[in-house]
Amino acid sequence: MRDGADKQRLDRDFTELYSAHLRDVYSYAYYRIGNHHDAEDLTEQTFLQAYRHFERAQRESAGRPLRPWLIRIAHNLAANYHRDRSRRPQTRLEDAAVVSAPHDTEDLVEGRQELQEVLEGVTRLPEDRREALIMRFALGMDNREIARALGRSEGATKVLIHRAIRQLEQGLAHEQQPVGNADD
Amino acid sequence: MTELGDVETLLRLALVPVEPPEALGDRLERGLSELADAAAGELADWELSTMRDPRNWGRPVAAVLVGGTAAGVLVLVRARQQQRKRELTGVRALQRGVRDVAGDLRKRMNR
Repeated sequence: MRDGADKQRLDRDFTELYSAHLRDVYSYAYYRIGNHHDAEDLTEQTFLQAYRHFERAQRESAGRPLRPWLIRIAHNLAANYHRDRSRRPQTRLEDAAVVSAPHDTEDLVEGRQELQEVLEGVTRLPEDRREALIMRFALGMDNREIARALGRSEGATKVLIHRAIRQLEQGLAHEQQPVGNADD
Repeated sequence: MTELGDVETLLRLALVPVEPPEALGDRLERGLSELADAAAGELADWELSTMRDPRNWGRPVAAVLVGGTAAGVLVLVRARQQQRKRELTGVRALQRGVRDVAGDLRKRMNR
């Protein structure tokens, strides 16, 4: 049984985890789900589930960062969400990202177009590749963290990210070919 | 035209972190309250007869731990929200003060 000091420490640690990673969990949820309403639900459920298992997770983490564990909870909940609803995201991802991305005024029009193409390309990737890119670029996670969140080895994660970027590049190159080429 | 070598740069620009809405903190607080209430309800339903079997001992203990943790975290989350509100209140008071001074000046000039 915990004593009062242990509980206080646990509460404080959880509050720190919550404060530090609320944006990470929300960003992940948004890019996985594609609309703000369900992303809020998923974020809430992620933290409520995390509360229930926090003590054990902290004990088993042996001092390692808990962000991958938190994102793994969100990952499992998002998988349930997609399985239950069996439908594509309701809102196009580019809505949030392009609005909030910083740009110089003169680059705005062309920049938006490019970013929309990239985001559309990301949504067409297989799920594991898309997830790895979200974790790397939206959350800034390194290979080790992504590997822990996805339950893979670091080597496999590195390959996964490399292939995701290559596939995205090829998709973008294909889109940028002049329309007339198809008839040539 | 996209330079393929810049795909990583474009990904960084496209996949920007998304700020959660402020109301999400309130929702989370409510969720924690419900979690604490549910754990308390579990304790209220605890029947002594079931406790004769040691296999049932874990459940109420778990309810105490979950309820206790949720309530404790709830206090901390609420404290942070109140601090944020106080900061906002301070800014609003300052804005109100500026408005009051401006209104007062306007009245004097109209006299």
